[in-house]
Amino acid sequence: MSRISATERLALIRVKNRPTVNDYIPLIFDGFIEMHGDRHYGDDAAILGGIATFYSMPVTILAQVKGRDVEENKRTNFAMPHPEGYRKALRLAKQAEKFNRPVICLVDTPGAFCGIEAEERGQGEAIARNLMEFMTLKTPVISIVLGEGGSGGALALAVCDELAMLENALYSVISPRGFASILWKDPSREKEAAELMKITSEDLLNFGVCEKIISEPAGGAHNDCQLTADNISEYLFDAIKRLCRTDAETLLKNRYQKFRKIGMFTE
Amino acid sequence: MGLEDLLKKVKDRFDDEAEVAPALRSAAYNKAESEKGVKIPEDLFFKCPRCLTTSYKEDFEKNRKVCANCNYHARLTWRERLNLTADRNSFSEFDANMESQNPIDYPEYADKLQKLRKACDMRDAVITGECTIRGYKAVIGIMDSNFMMASMGSVVGEKITRAFEYATKNKMPVILFTASGGARMQEGIISLMQMAKTSGAIAKFSDAGQLYITVLTDPTTGGVTASFASLGDVIIAEPKVLIGFAGRRVIQDTIKQKLPDEFQSAEFLLENGFVDLICERRRMRSYLARIMRMHNYEKIEEGRVNK
Ligand SMILES: [Zn+2]
Repeated sequence: MSRISATERLALIRVKNRPTVNDYIPLIFDGFIEMHGDRHYGDDAAILGGIATFYSMPVTILAQVKGRDVEENKRTNFAMPHPEGYRKALRLAKQAEKFNRPVICLVDTPGAFCGIEAEERGQGEAIARNLMEFMTLKTPVISIVLGEGGSGGALALAVCDELAMLENALYSVISPRGFASILWKDPSREKEAAELMKITSEDLLNFGVCEKIISEPAGGAHNDCQLTADNISEYLFDAIKRLCRTDAETLLKNRYQKFRKIGMFTE
Repeated sequence: MGLEDLLKKVKDRFDDEAEVAPALRSAAYNKAESEKGVKIPEDLFFKCPRCLTTSYKEDFEKNRKVCANCNYHARLTWRERLNLTADRNSFSEFDANMESQNPIDYPEYADKLQKLRKACDMRDAVITGECTIRGYKAVIGIMDSNFMMASMGSVVGEKITRAFEYATKNKMPVILFTASGGARMQEGIISLMQMAKTSGAIAKFSDAGQLYITVLTDPTTGGVTASFASLGDVIIAEPKVLIGFAGRRVIQDTIKQKLPDEFQSAEFLLENGFVDLICERRRMRSYLARIMRMHNYEKIEEGRVNK
């Protein structure tokens, strides 16, 4: 695996034709059926949800949708979900729990949407609820960061048994631009922030946040979408087999410990 | 506002309140009057960030740091909050020596923490422990916005998680006074993970059937709103405080228009269904005690905590 810098990866995941969930789903799963709505307010196209089969096993898919063009981005709000998106995800995760289906979350978002309506409908509450509920969801949960894993908006689909990242994907507490803007009052220092923040898949593997790096073809996922999809498939096959063999009690204990142990302090 | 204007405004206000003025006329006022034209130390006055009214700091502090004009409940230090909440001498602190490391080697982070530790009389942005409140035993956590805007890093996450684990084991209620600017960016992804860690501890605590009360204080935002602050069985807010997920400026920049004043206020959240009640500071202890009583916790002698 070649070592390329965080800044180069930042450019790579912004490549116009970087594959999105809509490219991957048909290559990895069969017979996807989309399910809409949170049953409270509406349907948020920023998060796609539904069921499909994976090697003839039913699974639930929850995925943040980056648009491939302006039209699609308008519809999916550049993959920045509103509260109803997170509530739809939780509803479908509970449905998966009831029917013993593994949940596969495909994470690709700059972050949760920041706007008046998002606040009115409780963006903070919606994310918090997902963090709490996913922690005790009695079915395997696997999250894969495909491109951008931005902040709490990504974490709301990443409380899981295993987190995998595509080789060039980034996962961070805030975007490098936001980091530079808030801490240095200078968004133009984005690249410097990206290098400092430790947000690459290798960094997160070292921190114990990420369990698996899924390799991308030379030059990035867009150079061979089929190969990338095959790599994701291969990982998922292993992970599902492993997690489905684990009894629910052990699964939840391990999931809790995965997050419980993260923190760097002295006493 | 110039010094002359300030003094005039203060004088006018006292003239308006002539009937009650003698009691209100503080030493500070008299001193200011007698030294007209001399520079007054700014810390004699409190200027309310909500209604922009200026009042004597002494009066403001007597009023538990609540703006007498608009009822904005201003920020407290952890010690002030503890004194207003816990029964005298009942508090015993948990994890008093815990300190953050520097996971992303952020420049000068250690120095900054060191300075704040001295200035704020705490090792990081939250103090946790157990105490009694009007005789009811509780695990309590108090965030202090003076410490790096009470952002959540490893220490805040770990201390809150342990507080819930302790309360689960000892069958006690948890009361958290939240205040935060969000995740502590200087700790990178580790800070984000604290949101999941604390929420997980609350899930277990909740499954064990114990009561969690959150008191949202000024300001509660970002990653703390999007984790433990929003997960109380009972969510209380102080009047006029700021509560939200995204920062006002971020939203303003996104939508390119000015936001109404009441946006993201406690009252705004109440109206939208995200807090159970708004409670004034002077009634907070009595409310907390009543709520604990109604959840079948037993009153013990005030000031006694068995460790
Ligand atoms: Zn005021």
